[in-house]
Amino acid sequence: MIWQQFVSLAGSYPLALRGLGMTVMLSVISLVLGTLIGFALGIVRTGGNRLMAGVIGAWVDLIRGTPFLVQIFLIFFILPEFGIELDAFTAGIIALTNLAACFICEIVAAGIRSVPTGQVEAALASGLSRLQRMRQVVLPQAMRIVLPPLVGQYVLLIKDSSVVSAIGLTDLTRVGWLVVQRVPNGLLVFFLVGVGYFIVCYPLILLARRLESRLGAAHGEVQL
Amino acid sequence: MLENFSFRTIVEYLPLFGQGLVTTVWLSALSFLGALAVGIVLCAMNLQRGWLFRVPAKAYIDAVRATPLLAQLYFLYFGLPRLGLVLPELVVGILALSLNSGAYVAEIIRAGILSIARGQVEASVASGMTYVQRMRLVILPQAFKVTIPPLLGQAIVLVKDSALLSLISVAELTRAGQLLASDRFMPAEGFLTIAAFYLLLYYCLKGLAALSARWLGTAGARL
Repeated sequence: MIWQQFVSLAGSYPLALRGLGMTVMLSVISLVLGTLIGFALGIVRTGGNRLMAGVIGAWVDLIRGTPFLVQIFLIFFILPEFGIELDAFTAGIIALTNLAACFICEIVAAGIRSVPTGQVEAALASGLSRLQRMRQVVLPQAMRIVLPPLVGQYVLLIKDSSVVSAIGLTDLTRVGWLVVQRVPNGLLVFFLVGVGYFIVCYPLILLARRLESRLGAAHGEVQL
Repeated sequence: MLENFSFRTIVEYLPLFGQGLVTTVWLSALSFLGALAVGIVLCAMNLQRGWLFRVPAKAYIDAVRATPLLAQLYFLYFGLPRLGLVLPELVVGILALSLNSGAYVAEIIRAGILSIARGQVEASVASGMTYVQRMRLVILPQAFKVTIPPLLGQAIVLVKDSALLSLISVAELTRAGQLLASDRFMPAEGFLTIAAFYLLLYYCLKGLAALSARWLGTAGARL
């Protein structure tokens, strides 16, 4: 009985690999796009323009205040009403990128605010342009604060990508759901699904922890 | 465009949304209590010196944090019947949310306890307090202050996570939206309405977190 299940499970390994590939692809694409957009939004948010900052803040609040599942449904089912036809993959990428951008925007804004104003004033006094100021003075210092939560956010993003299985994308979670219809051993099947996510996420969690303790150590030096 | 947007249908389905909202609120509240219980036990295990309790607690916390809630939910939903435990979907959902959030709550409490300056612990040891006295009179009252705002942040996450229970057909708020979307082919009406309800819950909890931070005098509670 158990043996049969193992054979049957071993038979579905190409499906599992495809699911893992889909999870990784979704995560990587939306992670890169989300980081780029998130940094841009974070910089604009802390810039002088009140109106832009307000609009971004309101949008971030809308996204943080609603479940990701609802956001996916909204994008997948409602954008077509505006004449934008989407397949499930594109809808998933849009939803995940938007989510990542919003959270990363907040992380980046917090990092930029942590840079002492004296630094910005000194850069101004040295006659650096806006772009130079950002690129050579503010961002390098902000990165120390930004990096640990940024990596933590990537872990959340990879885990959130499992929710896109609700609109029928065959990612790792969906593969588990499909396999469990054939091999009725939910404990084993979803244990293996969990192992798949663990292999991807755990190294990132360890990295975030290391970055955090390094940040703590650096802070200690400054305070002493 | 949404020229056929029907407010009338939303009003017609309002009782269903109301029921969904109430279910979401109480199942989240119950799961949060469960998460607190799980979190306190895990944190107590994690702070032990000996490895016997510490290692399993750490392993559990890492396993939960490195896997998605949806996979954990399916693990219980498809796995428990295998162990002879056939529970209603609602119970499975509350169990999954409690066990998942418990791992995060454990870390929040641990951070709160570890934030107490070492000198305080040493002073209470020097005063001859027992472990229980030290915890009850010195550490926990101070840790309590630090933990409340992030715990409320976790409550916000939990309410949003509870939307996933609609995928194992628990009749909560998101399920109500799905029903309207599929019965009447009105996804815009269904999902925009539930998004508004979730935002309502979000702003309530966020306001509560801001208030608690002011009462407790803990600055820098960012949600």
